[in-house]
Amino acid sequence: MGDAQDGVNSLGGGRVVDKSLSTLARRTVARAFAVVITIFARFLTAVRGIWVGNEPSRKRRIYFANHASHGDFILIWIVLPPRLRRKTRPVAGSDYWLKSPLRSFIGRDVFNAVLIDRNKETRTDDPVATMQEALDRGASLIIFPEGTRNTTGEPLLPFKAGLYHLAQGRPHIELVPVWIENLNRVMPKGEFIPVPLMCSVTFGPSLQLADGEDRETFLARASTALLALKPKRNGSA
Amino acid sequence: MNIHPDLLHLLIGIGAILVLASVVGYVLQRRFSPDGANQSIENLNDRIRAWWVMAVLLALAFIGGRAGVILLFGFCSFAALREFLTLTNARRADHWSLVAAFFVVLPYQYYLVWIDWYGMYSIFVPVYVFLLLPIVSALRGETEGYLVRIAEVQWALMICIFCASFVPALLNLDIPGFEGRNVMLIAFLIVVVQLSDVLQYVWGKLLGKRKIAPRLSPSKTVEGFAGGVLSATLVGAGLWWMTPFTMLQAGMLAFIIAILGFFGGLVMSAIKRDRGVKDWGHVIAGHGGFIDRLDSVVFSAPIFFHLVRYFWSVDPPA
Repeated sequence: MGDAQDGVNSLGGGRVVDKSLSTLARRTVARAFAVVITIFARFLTAVRGIWVGNEPSRKRRIYFANHASHGDFILIWIVLPPRLRRKTRPVAGSDYWLKSPLRSFIGRDVFNAVLIDRNKETRTDDPVATMQEALDRGASLIIFPEGTRNTTGEPLLPFKAGLYHLAQGRPHIELVPVWIENLNRVMPKGEFIPVPLMCSVTFGPSLQLADGEDRETFLARASTALLALKPKRNGSA
Repeated sequence: MNIHPDLLHLLIGIGAILVLASVVGYVLQRRFSPDGANQSIENLNDRIRAWWVMAVLLALAFIGGRAGVILLFGFCSFAALREFLTLTNARRADHWSLVAAFFVVLPYQYYLVWIDWYGMYSIFVPVYVFLLLPIVSALRGETEGYLVRIAEVQWALMICIFCASFVPALLNLDIPGFEGRNVMLIAFLIVVVQLSDVLQYVWGKLLGKRKIAPRLSPSKTVEGFAGGVLSATLVGAGLWWMTPFTMLQAGMLAFIIAILGFFGGLVMSAIKRDRGVKDWGHVIAGHGGFIDRLDSVVFSAPIFFHLVRYFWSVDPPA
């Protein structure tokens, strides 16, 4: 992934060496980026993971979270135990993450994102099929079933059907609700300087699609399970 | 790098107390909580570990001199402000005020302390920031909850930046016969405040019956308060040798510091209750957040500073 053109111009036996060298360099830079982003995010948010009725597990899982900021998946990724991070891939919109070489590098190389095309008219790949393929290769996924960043006053937007289709296609994989608190205040939409505020990431009990459960019922149940993790606090707006 | 013998003695003393505390904590854990089931003992050991970290950081800052102390408290201010503003009603319209608070007001206040411009660092937050920051929020035109929002931000800045910066500002006092040893004033303040907290906790556990403010802080009792403040006063008097004070003066200052520290903790508890949280944060295991540890220091530092400045320091030429 991402290294298809590397070393193409060199000829003969050197080519393989060149290619693996540049792959190695790219990976090293990606690792360094991950460390820098992690330190920066911790500095801003002092983020803490809270597990309620659930534990970190090596099993393949689908983490579904509320979405208010581009940094959402970074916070989830940081609070996962390091051994789980490598195989947990965020699902993100290719329209945003392929826009510039830097974004593409961060999305694909640093966080190993599964990129899907959100535009129904022009897309050639089925997003659900792309996600299922990643699951079948052994990855866990981080998805945002609201489909887009929530900039309204509502705590949660209605879920898109993707979560239901994923659950239907891979019924044995656990779905873990993940509530991300406060990141929308750190970096509100349209601002470019973040404000340091404490954030938390709460993982709730896993759920699965019940036999014969229809789409509306399931999505409502998933949405309620996620909303139940939102911390309650007095006096906040 | 020169370490004053007084500082060395103090550091050795604190080290010895912490070693003793660690040994006691270890024995208690082996005897009563081998499987980590006893909450109070686990909490005690968490606290002792956090004390070690704090003591080492402070010692490093003291050895690092002026720059070390200013950097350490600048960072504490940052962490405290991050915790405080998290619990306020600040919203999108206040974004630029908050950015200014973290990235302009905080560094500038500590810069003023660094260059020893007393006339400015003593009024920068209460006068200039107080008047200018609400303008930034007002320009966004969001009026809902406006007074509450700007008041909360100003309060956060006074507590987390202004008051906290008076700890390193103690280095600026010019006390005849005490030149080059001002860091001992910080050590005196922090040792008295923190010991007062610990001793209140210990006396409260041993004898505590009558609660002082059951709705604010159920663990604070009259017995704990009296025992803690009095024993901290005695300890403070016993530390007179490292200060410019006589034994009686050191005791009186320690008494004032301990009282202010106690009520500082009470005030900050009232804010926590108001916002429905138990701790300010989660960064320090066993202690909660930075503000949970700093509240009493923050309340006593500016008044300690001004008392010492008024009675002991010489005014620089006007």
